[in-house]
Amino acid sequence: MEQKTSAPADTSAPVQTGVGTTGHIWDGIEELNNPLPRWWLWTFYACIIWAVGYWFFYPAIPLVSSYTKGLLGWQSRTQIELDMAELKAMRSGMTTKIEATELADIEKSPELLSFARAQGSAAFAVNCAPCHGAGAQGFKGYPNLNDDDWIWGGKAEDILTTIKHGVRWEQDSDSRSGVMPSFGRDGILNRKEIGTVADYVLSLSGLPVDKGSDLAAGKALYAANCAACHGDTGKGNQELGAPNLSDKVWLYGSDKAAVMERITIGGGGVMPAWSNRLDAATMKSLAVYVHTLGGGK
Amino acid sequence: MSDTHTTSGGKTSVWTKHQVFEKNSIFLLIGILVMISIGGLVEIVPLFYLKSTIEKVEGVRPLTPLELAGRNIYVREGCYNCHSQMIRPLRDEVERYGHYSLAAESMYDHPFQWGSKRTGPDIARVGGKYSDDWHRDHLRNPRSVVPASIMPGYPWLETTTLDTSHIDMDMRVLAIEGVPYTKEMIEAAASDVKTQGSAEDSMTAPFLKRYPKAISRELGGVQGRLTEADALIAYLQQLGTQVDFKLYDDKANIR
Repeated sequence: MEQKTSAPADTSAPVQTGVGTTGHIWDGIEELNNPLPRWWLWTFYACIIWAVGYWFFYPAIPLVSSYTKGLLGWQSRTQIELDMAELKAMRSGMTTKIEATELADIEKSPELLSFARAQGSAAFAVNCAPCHGAGAQGFKGYPNLNDDDWIWGGKAEDILTTIKHGVRWEQDSDSRSGVMPSFGRDGILNRKEIGTVADYVLSLSGLPVDKGSDLAAGKALYAANCAACHGDTGKGNQELGAPNLSDKVWLYGSDKAAVMERITIGGGGVMPAWSNRLDAATMKSLAVYVHTLGGGK
Repeated sequence: MSDTHTTSGGKTSVWTKHQVFEKNSIFLLIGILVMISIGGLVEIVPLFYLKSTIEKVEGVRPLTPLELAGRNIYVREGCYNCHSQMIRPLRDEVERYGHYSLAAESMYDHPFQWGSKRTGPDIARVGGKYSDDWHRDHLRNPRSVVPASIMPGYPWLETTTLDTSHIDMDMRVLAIEGVPYTKEMIEAAASDVKTQGSAEDSMTAPFLKRYPKAISRELGGVQGRLTEADALIAYLQQLGTQVDFKLYDDKANIR
């Protein structure tokens, strides 16, 4: 680069770029006044035009006791009504059939069965899985629905009744009810007696019991206190929701401490009634879904 | 200041007038205040006419003292950070959670618990969806019933005795804010806590008269004393249950 010795060229940015300045000068530094990028400016103007259009077409400006309704008359509440009606109409072809068909016949029709299982599976995931598990495997205190051990009956109709009205759900007068007494808390049996009867209960299903446990005394206690609901041989009674004690399925655990705890506390699990929350077709589909999981009677 | 390079050769067209605000901080400040005031007046003032913003809905009642104590725990533990209580009028939300939330359903909440983020599910209608025992298990250790849950456990709630010594004061403050707690309700607060958390007795009828349809039941507690978990469960179990949507007319309230 060679330096000319003639009059120094004006190297200031405004002159070099041809862009004006904002007029600010700090210590000789000037601020260029570049225009806004054109794409940005046009987007900005378009937004303003859009907003004005929105005011006219949609509900927008609050007034003293009402608001501007907009030319389209759009309302979120009418929109959701329409959306739900559309959904209902979409499903109605199958749901009306489900509603009109007996549970047993639903299971006989491949078309209805596959719809009911699909609808049941979706409803199960939202409503039932938190207690019974995503695979209906249950948790301690929440029954497994895959096996054939049913507390309140394993026929599809029984399952539907349980879904509709729940178990020990006080807000539903038709709820399944049947409460085991608190043998320990209410002082019906003392701790030693509870241990003795627990040993006998474990022996009903062939589980090992402590050495030296008095099974004869346990049997007598069982006959006096438990047999009325659980049956003489521990087969249970589904009318009362008294579980079968002679199989190897245990809701609260099969060790002696767990059995003693149940005898001490009594009571039983609570399931909500679903008839206020789910529609008839969904509950039937759920009943079919649970019934066909594998353990249905 | 030099004016030699001003835009458009110094002409002050109407499009360059905004420079007045940009170059004078006091003008800019006043301009901002004026704009915000207009926005505020237009958007906020009409909301003071509450009659036009909150529809009248049958069944909404103030929380019982026990539920209110539970709500205080809900706020204290920050449940609203992960759980919303606001079912929007959108198809998927109504399908999953039930009827969309009504303004009236949170009109006695100060502050409201709509939340703004769902790390967990919406719980606006969780009341009556699960049993008390499930809530107890779930609060103690969420993984014991929902293996995939990322909710932290709150095991201390069921071992901490519920402190209700200030609940009547809470009610008094809420009454000032417009919640229709009567003098009778506030005076009966301590006994109503016990009544709702125990099996039916002679106190239950007057309690239900004060708080229609409230659920009163034996909540167990620890050695006869109610715990924080009991209060929280009482609060959760009433969420979204006050309005009977079999009677509620959606169309009548479209305005």
